[in-house]
Amino acid sequence: MPKELWKGNEAIAEAAVRAGLEAYFGYPITPQTEILEYLSRRMPELGRTFVQAESELGAINMVYGAACTGVRVMSSSSSPGVSLMMEGISYIAGTEVPTVLVNVMRGGPGLGNIAPAQGDYNQAVHGGGHGDYQPIVLAPASVQEAIDLTVLSFDLAEKYRAICMVILDGCVGQMMEPAEMPEMRPVHRENWDWNTDAKMGKRERRILSSIYIDPVDEEQTNLRLLNRWKTIQANEVRYKEYFLDDAEIVIVGFGTAGRVSLSAVRTAREQGIKVGLLRPITVSPFPYEALDQLSGRVDAFLVTEMNSGQMLEDVRLAVKGRVPVEFYGRLGGVVPFPDEILSEIHRMAKVKLGTDVHPRDAWLERMAHIV
Amino acid sequence: MQKEIIISGFGGQGVLFAGQVIAYAAMDSGKQVTWIPSYGPEMRGGTANCTVVIADHEIGSPLVKNPPLVIALNLPSFDKYEPLMQVGGTLIVNQSMVDRGAKRDDISVILVPCNEIAEEIGDKKLMNMVAVGALLSALPEVSLKDVEKALEGHLPARHKHLLPKNYEALKRGYENAQKELEKVPA
Repeated sequence: MPKELWKGNEAIAEAAVRAGLEAYFGYPITPQTEILEYLSRRMPELGRTFVQAESELGAINMVYGAACTGVRVMSSSSSPGVSLMMEGISYIAGTEVPTVLVNVMRGGPGLGNIAPAQGDYNQAVHGGGHGDYQPIVLAPASVQEAIDLTVLSFDLAEKYRAICMVILDGCVGQMMEPAEMPEMRPVHRENWDWNTDAKMGKRERRILSSIYIDPVDEEQTNLRLLNRWKTIQANEVRYKEYFLDDAEIVIVGFGTAGRVSLSAVRTAREQGIKVGLLRPITVSPFPYEALDQLSGRVDAFLVTEMNSGQMLEDVRLAVKGRVPVEFYGRLGGVVPFPDEILSEIHRMAKVKLGTDVHPRDAWLERMAHIV
Repeated sequence: MQKEIIISGFGGQGVLFAGQVIAYAAMDSGKQVTWIPSYGPEMRGGTANCTVVIADHEIGSPLVKNPPLVIALNLPSFDKYEPLMQVGGTLIVNQSMVDRGAKRDDISVILVPCNEIAEEIGDKKLMNMVAVGALLSALPEVSLKDVEKALEGHLPARHKHLLPKNYEALKRGYENAQKELEKVPA
């Protein structure tokens, strides 16, 4: 397929269609509305299901119902809308039905604003809904990656009967980049042994539910989910490396914060500073092992995020205090410019860094002079 | 190679499309490119802008703080971006919509009467293409031919009859800026 100029949100919508999306349920919210708008035209055109629900609660429960039938189904929203969906997400996790959910994150908490942000990292990666479950979370940084990861999200969700979230910020959703679409896959329903498909009387009854009244059954369910998660952790970690071979300082950033960091890394390299970038593509499962290995040979890490240091804690878990971990973030919908990250690199290359102060506290002090 | 361009003006002046045309031209000539709009409430009246980054490597930041190239289609955009420009940059100003000249002497400010030129061609909506043509005089990485081909390749079929006038607008903008550039001391 030739490259076309695609807007992130529309690219996600078309990629989902080509991956065999049979049903979409959603509710408009900036900055993801183009996904819904695009599918409102495209899905009926193909004889597939599109419903603009009465609310995000309605949408996620329609997704839940459709997922139980084994079709490829998704919803998309932005931060406040995703918060509204959390109950349904937990039910979906508890029922073990494959579901894709796209979150084009905006500034928060609360109603916040519509500017790009990454403040929903913890909500996506470390839960959000109640109970013991782990979603797979993919974080594209470009339009091409948004396409590829949307397609992948359906495969992963089905493979592990799990929720797969694609989290991006408003930048990736709104920007246009040259990108290549995959071939249209035919709609294909697997012959699962778990889905409900109106074959009453023709085979043994299947019941899908998240209710396990007997705690012993619920414990078994939780253990099953956990064991599945161990397999996901072992097989599905993805990240991209830039200039890591001889790097002394390594930046860790995902999505837009990651690509803004790449600009800073390039400039620093031109200035002779040995800095590299590790950009997690799966933020859940998180690339602990890659960071663990890097900790043995680099001088320091810099975590960049468009939040107050949420992934920072996961990086610290991986690094285990062996080398200093520093942090630079912008909040509330402010996107950092490369020069801000470049000055962090300059500072780190110049001063002796310690591990006794929490990087967030040190950053907060520096921020007082920046904003 | 990396070049960053900001195009700014009132909503309705064709700011976003002007950026897309440049992005298409860059893409078709094999370059990496990003286009990102301001997507806030300013879309509904007020100012709109977009940022286009062209490079021959994987593009990092899609946004730029100190752009080397700017098109300002109105006075608020001129006021906003003149102080932010990179030293040595080129600022294309739609002279038809401003009542002042340049304040800085370390950048090239090129005043082009985009509205009047567009009206001479016969369609005032072509004003954005006049400005794009003018910008190309400072963007050797993208040629006039590249942009013409991009318009031909990506303009919806129902607008194809407008191509000759679009070409004319691009050319007039380009020539006008070339003349102005010769006047600007190095």
